[in-house]
Amino acid sequence: MPGIVHVSTTINGNQSDFLCEPRQSLLECLRDVLGMTGTKEGCNDGNCGACTVVFDGRIVTCCLVLGVEAQGKEITTIEGVASAEGLHPVQQAFLENAALQCGICTPGFIVASKALLEAEPDADEGRIRHWLAGNLCRCTGYDKIIRAVMDAEEKMKA
Amino acid sequence: MASNIVLSQVEYNVVGKRPVRPDGVDKVTGRAQYGADLQLTGLLHARVLRSPHAHARIKSIDSRRAEAHPGVSAVVTAKDLPIASLSREQVGGDYQRLKFASDNFLASDKVLYRGHAVAAVAATSPHIAEEALALIQVDYEELPPVMDVQDAMREDAPLLHDDTLRTTYMGEASDKPSNIAAYMKFEKGDVEKGFAAADVVVEREFETASVHQGYIEPHNATAFWNTDGQLNIWCSTQGSFLVRANTADVLRHPVSKIKITPMEIGGGFGGKVSFYLEPVAALLSKKTRQPVKLLMGRTEVFEGSGPAPGTWMKIKVGASKDGKITAAKATLAFEAGAYPGSPVMQGASCGFASYDVDNGLVEGYDVVVNKPKTSAYRAPGSPQAAFGIESVIDEVCEKLNLDPIEFRLRNASKEGTRKIEGPVFRKIGLVECLEAARNHEHYQTPLSGENCGRGVASGFWMNRGFHSSCNITVNPDGTVNLIEGSVDIGGSRASISQQAAETLGIPYEDVKPTVVDTDSVGYTMVTGGSRTTFATGWAAILAAEDVKEQMVERAAQIWETSSNDVQYQDGVISHIADPELRMTFKELARQINSTGGAITGTASLDPSGEGNSFGVHIVDVAVDPDTGKTEVLRYTAVQDAGKAVHPSYVEGQMQGGVVQGIGWALNEEYFFNDKGQMANSSFLDYRMPTSLDLPMIDTVIVEVANPGHPYGVRGVGEVPIVPPLAAIASAVSHAIGVRMQKLPVNPGAILEALWEKDK
Repeated sequence: MPGIVHVSTTINGNQSDFLCEPRQSLLECLRDVLGMTGTKEGCNDGNCGACTVVFDGRIVTCCLVLGVEAQGKEITTIEGVASAEGLHPVQQAFLENAALQCGICTPGFIVASKALLEAEPDADEGRIRHWLAGNLCRCTGYDKIIRAVMDAEEKMKA
Repeated sequence: MASNIVLSQVEYNVVGKRPVRPDGVDKVTGRAQYGADLQLTGLLHARVLRSPHAHARIKSIDSRRAEAHPGVSAVVTAKDLPIASLSREQVGGDYQRLKFASDNFLASDKVLYRGHAVAAVAATSPHIAEEALALIQVDYEELPPVMDVQDAMREDAPLLHDDTLRTTYMGEASDKPSNIAAYMKFEKGDVEKGFAAADVVVEREFETASVHQGYIEPHNATAFWNTDGQLNIWCSTQGSFLVRANTADVLRHPVSKIKITPMEIGGGFGGKVSFYLEPVAALLSKKTRQPVKLLMGRTEVFEGSGPAPGTWMKIKVGASKDGKITAAKATLAFEAGAYPGSPVMQGASCGFASYDVDNGLVEGYDVVVNKPKTSAYRAPGSPQAAFGIESVIDEVCEKLNLDPIEFRLRNASKEGTRKIEGPVFRKIGLVECLEAARNHEHYQTPLSGENCGRGVASGFWMNRGFHSSCNITVNPDGTVNLIEGSVDIGGSRASISQQAAETLGIPYEDVKPTVVDTDSVGYTMVTGGSRTTFATGWAAILAAEDVKEQMVERAAQIWETSSNDVQYQDGVISHIADPELRMTFKELARQINSTGGAITGTASLDPSGEGNSFGVHIVDVAVDPDTGKTEVLRYTAVQDAGKAVHPSYVEGQMQGGVVQGIGWALNEEYFFNDKGQMANSSFLDYRMPTSLDLPMIDTVIVEVANPGHPYGVRGVGEVPIVPPLAAIASAVSHAIGVRMQKLPVNPGAILEALWEKDK
């Protein structure tokens, strides 16, 4: 049995401590150890983007991050996107623009889109398509997702 | 925004509007519970051992070392499946179907594809289960694989099923063992006479590769088999009642002792009509008496779950100078994968559906090969057939120098047209779709630019009815709870609730829908076949009618009058003669518990009025002659939705289907090495379209109301994947001046075609 490691990290603004095996990915730690199942697994090899989280200011596919690497880091997951006041404009825009069908890729898209709009509030359609190219959606053909992000962008500026 | 809906005749209050879906907030906040999210006390984690060979005999399986591995609770193999150890006589007439089904869960005597399941392990963690898989020793005798439908049909081909599989035709089995599981033939008129009368005849062969449905959520199942025999399963499926029936069949366990809870589903597209894990998880739970969660990884999804079939087709179409089809012929050979059951029948019945053909002949072959058993994929069989047929039609138009939409209009199927295989069309909207496409600004704008091409194609899906059930209970605050069994794969909670709200004359927000388990609602068939909004929506309408009737009776009782004197209109219950006696739905709802108790409306139906659906697509592409890369410049999809209940989700189905079709046409394929092993079993190498690869997808919803549904609804989910293969291939053909007859039309294929042309 590999040794168990104590990891001390910050998730969605709260200090969070957990125990994990060195071989466990951050995705496994979030889902199976911490019970935060909003972050989804689609491929477990970094190609679908369903497990996108913000990791010390950068978006990563957390299936490719080890749980032990979270030590001392700041992580934002889909569970940290809405606040007590309500949904984030990106979430609201996804609802209003029918930008989801099955919904499994949605948490990853929302985390990635929010990160883009915070970094580049004037991103145009081409930039949005480029930024989101690491997130696969098989249901929508991306049309309504791109429109939702553009809609959220307008509302975040206002 | 200008409306993209044409022809709509009727305006409703709720149907046709675009409200936020009821499950939306849970899905944008990460709270929705998908199968893999389930946590249960004492949960064990399971993994499946899969065959490294495409074709081999299993000589022995030794799992003793795995069982002794610390943390392992149980190992199962086919020996634990009852069917594998029962004889043909013990099982009876259904033996072969059940043996095939059972062997696909866990192989008993032979493995028939790389990725075929042979054993499964339950352990305290998924990592320990994976370690244990490596300790199971399977002794294989390798056999030559047959990977291609044409190879598999040859007389001397290696046989997958030894001497047990015979070709059936019209219910009769042939004498000789074969890989051809079934042959079919549909004929109308006299094709030889028709070809003789043609001024132009085009005959071409086509091939398409195996492609995967590509849902982002891998298959998953969690099972708990209690000591009293009650088996509970939580899974990702398009059809909970289908899982229940098949699990009961394969495990020889009563349906009454099985409860299937469908979790939120992360995509299916037909691929989750088939299932792979549930009985295996159940057996592991039976052995351990603990709940067992079994998840597939992405490579397992590619290698062990249903792709859509690879195909070979030969198409011949003859037409007169004035642009009328004189004869049409198609030979379709579809790969079934390891076990019989390709959708070649659907391909045969969809292929020429857009054309009023006097002389037609369609033949189909269902052929087993050493690939995973194929599963349904969005309009199963129709996209491949349309690729061949629409490409030939496009070439006929070129030869006749006729506009491809004009040609299609001259030959279009209409109400009363008899299809080659027999059925006569009821009211359909093909002509209206063709006209909307022709009149669209996209089509009216000439395409200019070097290496650019435009493609046009039409497509058909018959749509399905089948069983659906629904209960609606009135709450004291005047809202209603709607209980249904149709898994919501793309917004159907909304479209079903809208129909209930419309019927009851109450706001959409007052309908609260829940998708429930198999113990809690009447029999409901799969979410598939483009049937859910049509059939479960209709069940909701009937349940709402039942509620209305009971509300009328309750009002009559309160007013001490006959229910004949009470009417229900737009959510208001009133006395016909006395205007003083009037209550809104909400006012009456407040009184129901004190005047006789709850009101629950219930309905179950198996409707036959599903309206057939057509689509017409236009695409512009640019091909880079140096790299062979195709860029999709513009795409417009036109489709008859009958009545779009929630237009945004209709558009979403159209856009999603188009993009899957673009992937199928340009990029996607199972790439096998010479040993029959898939070489690209990841999303990196099996490349589905990303947001960067695409333009916006324009949609036009045509509404030719379906007379077979109260609100005129036609199913919409499947048609949009039918035209893109041919539309894209024709567009590329026009761009490079070479007819592309093989999918995918990837950069390599385009460069080869260009080199061949320049020779």
